[in-house]
Amino acid sequence: MVLSKIEGKQIGIKDSLKIDQDFDSIIAPYRTRLEEDMNTVLSYAPETYSKRDGHLNTAIGNLMAEIVFKEGNYIFNKRTNKNIDAVLLNHGGIRSIISKGNITTETAFQVMPFENSIVVVALKGQQMDSMMTYLSYAKRAHPIEGITLTLDKNYKISEALIQGKPIIKDKTYYLATNDYLYNGGDRMRFFKPNDSVYYLDYKIRNAMIDYFKKVDTINPKIDNRFTQTK
Amino acid sequence: MKRKTFIQQSTAGIALVTLGGFGFQSCNANVKTKKITILHTNDVHSHIDAFGPDDARNANQGGVARRATLVEAIRNENPNTLLLDAGDIFQGTPYFNYYGGELEFKLMSKMKYDAATIGNHDFDNGIDGLYAQLPHASFKFLSANYDFKNTVMDTQVKPYHVFIKEGLKIGVFGLGIKLEGLVGKKMYKETDYLDPIEIATDMSRILKEDEQCDLIICLSHLGYHYSKNPDRVSDLVLAKSTKNIDLIIGGHTHTFLPKPTVAQNNEGKNVLVNQVGCYGINLGKIDFYFDSENNKTADGTSIIV
Ligand SMILES: [Zn+2]
Repeated sequence: MVLSKIEGKQIGIKDSLKIDQDFDSIIAPYRTRLEEDMNTVLSYAPETYSKRDGHLNTAIGNLMAEIVFKEGNYIFNKRTNKNIDAVLLNHGGIRSIISKGNITTETAFQVMPFENSIVVVALKGQQMDSMMTYLSYAKRAHPIEGITLTLDKNYKISEALIQGKPIIKDKTYYLATNDYLYNGGDRMRFFKPNDSVYYLDYKIRNAMIDYFKKVDTINPKIDNRFTQTK
Repeated sequence: MKRKTFIQQSTAGIALVTLGGFGFQSCNANVKTKKITILHTNDVHSHIDAFGPDDARNANQGGVARRATLVEAIRNENPNTLLLDAGDIFQGTPYFNYYGGELEFKLMSKMKYDAATIGNHDFDNGIDGLYAQLPHASFKFLSANYDFKNTVMDTQVKPYHVFIKEGLKIGVFGLGIKLEGLVGKKMYKETDYLDPIEIATDMSRILKEDEQCDLIICLSHLGYHYSKNPDRVSDLVLAKSTKNIDLIIGGHTHTFLPKPTVAQNNEGKNVLVNQVGCYGINLGKIDFYFDSENNKTADGTSIIV
């Protein structure tokens, strides 16, 4: 036999198509459990927080950095007896606003739909300097914690501190980030080479959920961790 | 000339069958035309439920239980139907985060998917997470350019499969995208990525010459086309660099095409390339009609898209 004719098209799956009840009854128990969980109230937001509110640091970004710092350090410290010195995440990784009102599991899925996990990298002071330079060039409100960075009016670094102290060249710092950035995302190339890397196998989203469960009302603020003097 | 071949058809058709030693089912000389329907999805990304009525872009579209109704209606019309998926079954709704892909595979199995290839997001719970869900999948996983021999997926994935429908042989092979830089090494582990063009060249030769297929389909997760980097391997690059492939079913780039693309292979023959966007919003449907040998017109195969 030979191929004589080909007809090709696509058919939209529209709501005019009947729902197959056999399929729907298989889905139903999964859906019910999911919706219950998604609607579980974990915490409360007194205001609406957006990553667009703020110049070099934002309330929602500071919240994300605090979550990674606190929840991440709990696991990191238990495993290694060391402590996280600083956190760096990416501004683009905040995928949604947090709306005023109840914070639910779904909120965590909206803000962080990806499966990224926390990674702690041991870096020498010199690489921390490179990170500061990166931040000064990026001029973006990448979420940070444990870092104080002040830029002058030309975006040159006038002060860069870790845990309130000047960076010591040969000291090892423990910087928490996510696996996306560690692997070169957003052109953050200062994570490698490094002294060591610790994969916490702890998803950022799960850290958010754990944090929200502990905090009755969130209260993140824009502060002076990353600023520019005019 | 056309008129002449048409008149000769009825007698010569029978003669050919007796001489040529066709397969058992082809011996039914009364069957003048056979129709094979290929249905396909790609990048469904765990979209089990239809989009809600408030969705800004895709309100009320998609949904597995509606797709099931459509697939069943098409199968009732033509039992000689294959249902295929071009990868990225996983990741995109909390169904995946919660149940790890179990429900996606269960529903695809119930819908009688015949085969799927593996997309980059199908590694999102690691290769072990993919392996863990295999008991829920009754369809085949096809990938010719991922070498899984040093992973848990070894022997679970075949490069190709030949389906037989009404005596016609339909060869389907799978191709995946380069994982390095796209998926963490910890996720895909020792999965080896092999050159898609070289592998596709081998596959199409095996399916054409060794397996004597009547129809050759590539299930690809390479992406339709990269306009900023047109030489990067994609479905359009694959189409023009190979031969004997009839249809490339694509994924990865979430490309909504107004209609299937008719591309030319390295012999100047037509290859159909199709992709149906993402999230189960559309179902692709390609019908292939076969006629007995001397019913063939001088124009070859006509394509209606
Ligand atoms: Zn995709």
